[in-house]
Amino acid sequence: MKALALLVLFSMQAMGLHAQYEDMVSIEGGAYAPLYGSSAELVGVNGFYIDAEPVTHADFLNFVKEYPEWRKSGVKRLFADERYLQLWENDLEIPETLKNSPVVQVSWFAAKAYCDCQGKRLPTVDEWEYVAMASATQKDAREDSLFTLSILSSYEKPKTYLMEVGLQEQNAWGIHDLHGLVWEWTQDFNSIILTGESRNNGNTDLGLFCASGALGANDLMNYAAFMRYAMRSSLKARYSLTNLGFRCASDLSPDSN
Amino acid sequence: MEKVREKVNLRVFYPFILFLIFGLEGCGSEASEKTYRPESVTTNSQMKLFGEEEAILTAPPLVPPPVGNRPAKKLYMEMEIIEKEAEMADGVTYMYWTFGGSVPGSFIRTRVGDLVEFKIKNHPDNKLPHNIDLHAVTGQGGGAEASFVAPGQEKTFSFKVINPGLYVYHCATAPVGMHVANGMYGLILVEPAGGLPPVDKEFYVMQGDFYTEGKYGQTGLQPFSMQKAIDENPDYVVFNGSVNGLSGDNAITAKVGESIRIFFGNGGPNLASSFHVIGEIFDKVYVEGGSQTNTNVQTTLVPAGGSAILEFVADVPSNLVLVDHSIFRAFNKGALGILAVSGEENPAVFAGEIMEGIYQPEGSVIQTMPQSEMELTAPKDLSQEEQIAAGKKLYMQACFACHQTDGQGVPNAFPPLADADYLNADPERAIDVLLNGLSGEITVNGKNYNSIMPAQQLTNEEVANVLTYVYHSWGNIGTVISPEMVKSRRK
Repeated sequence: MKALALLVLFSMQAMGLHAQYEDMVSIEGGAYAPLYGSSAELVGVNGFYIDAEPVTHADFLNFVKEYPEWRKSGVKRLFADERYLQLWENDLEIPETLKNSPVVQVSWFAAKAYCDCQGKRLPTVDEWEYVAMASATQKDAREDSLFTLSILSSYEKPKTYLMEVGLQEQNAWGIHDLHGLVWEWTQDFNSIILTGESRNNGNTDLGLFCASGALGANDLMNYAAFMRYAMRSSLKARYSLTNLGFRCASDLSPDSN
Repeated sequence: MEKVREKVNLRVFYPFILFLIFGLEGCGSEASEKTYRPESVTTNSQMKLFGEEEAILTAPPLVPPPVGNRPAKKLYMEMEIIEKEAEMADGVTYMYWTFGGSVPGSFIRTRVGDLVEFKIKNHPDNKLPHNIDLHAVTGQGGGAEASFVAPGQEKTFSFKVINPGLYVYHCATAPVGMHVANGMYGLILVEPAGGLPPVDKEFYVMQGDFYTEGKYGQTGLQPFSMQKAIDENPDYVVFNGSVNGLSGDNAITAKVGESIRIFFGNGGPNLASSFHVIGEIFDKVYVEGGSQTNTNVQTTLVPAGGSAILEFVADVPSNLVLVDHSIFRAFNKGALGILAVSGEENPAVFAGEIMEGIYQPEGSVIQTMPQSEMELTAPKDLSQEEQIAAGKKLYMQACFACHQTDGQGVPNAFPPLADADYLNADPERAIDVLLNGLSGEITVNGKNYNSIMPAQQLTNEEVANVLTYVYHSWGNIGTVISPEMVKSRRK
């Protein structure tokens, strides 16, 4: 723990942490009905801070300059598979066109290390889903059919990882690009297991299955959520996917730093 | 003492009594004592393998070569999952999810007893995890869990095929219906030992229903409509993945006298198929793709997630038309394919037209039209004021919910009509929007809108009236639209 704290302190100084914190958005706590479990059981979400935009290739380049163990050639295979940063030209060079695009092909370990080194952490699934309910105008827009439609159709659009961050309209919390660019790692991505067999109504995915059955046919939001949960459950922490990036969260206010 | 003695005697007799009972039953029904053991268990699952080979997989309408007399083997096969945009109909594209790059996916051909080592690869550019459930597989989810694979990953699993027949395979990742609706299905054939009897031509045809935001024929990239899929109201019902999947350049061909076998599957996700070939009778049908055969069949019912094997000989030259005989699907939604048979006429089987003449029925012929029809077709010439009045009425029924009473629209959702540059720039485009609907991003008065307006089911007069009203309201340019202008915009 001490070592970690030291590391955090060190990194705070090394990386000009204040600049990073300025781009965080404060999220008021609340409750929401997750995809799994019965809709009567709301899950509480405490207040937290989250990056307004996904981490970009340029951001990640700064990180690996500081931490050689996370460079393309230096990373341990245990912590990132062969596709890790495959889009990069070499250890410290990224394609010019991708500079402001969300960093992808990073493993969960790498994403976690990046956030840790800034005194932040990855958001939890609940936190992520809680803020992802928001459209441009409403904090809970799950009943806005146009909003859900746009999410669903963005999941079908190819090569969105090449787009730049921050160009889409921000949501009601002031967060950009939760939908439409890339999937994002969450701290506990594998805590809810949608098994590979999505129709099995026994065991682990009972909640998922029943929840989907109990919801009205109009609740298209759940199809979008289903796709996210299916995606998360197909992952292992060392996977580095071309459509998967991340952003960081924090319990601490940016001001307290 | 007496009693004890009796008991002893009975004890001695018990075995005899039991023997009697069992003996009697044994005589009557010897078979019922044996537990049912199907051939798949007793023979096929134990079958020895002789060698190994790389399986050949084919895209529709082709099928791999027959197994013939080969023994059971270890078969290696690979399938790549690719999400890609392709043509659904002329001018219409769709984002398909595919097994092997085609819809339906690659055809797999095995024989009973084969041990299959199956590698599934999810292309790194894909956005979603996928898997495969093969109905020919005995085991967990037909392989669904073992094959669940994230984008950019691959997985290998193995199974032995122990039941002969023609089986559907499909993706089974949540939301399952959506993966199937986007084209993730195909066929796997398990031939019996010794193979199916040889024929001259074999084809692979599969039906599927598709659900798009725009209605049938609306051009552009059409996104998947989850709502229509739930309502089971498809815009397209097609063979081999698209309206032109089995016609035009994609029509299949044969010669007169050739024996033809069609491996037909139905991927669904929702509709059952009443499969029929116009101008031909199936000599033999493997019902539901199983071992039972029927002969002389006109139309065979194929359930979603089911199949049939159809055999016939093309006796005369003609274009045989493959249809789903739920016939509106064939002529209005695309479920129509062509098997072009060329060769010599065979008048013994079909003589064609022999004679024509005038038919004069007995009795009087009714000469008058029904009254109501007269009224309906009576033309009306409206003055401009009348047009505006009629248009306003219609606007308040069909348009105001989105565009609002004062034509202001709804910010970020529905564009305004009042003093709208997009509207005033091009009245013909405005007519097209009412006739064909509009989706995708447009800019109106400097603001972007990205939503969907459905095509309106209105007559030429109604379109003319409502547009004339809109053009004469809220500071618009005052164009008059006539029914003739609308008519000329209909294709």
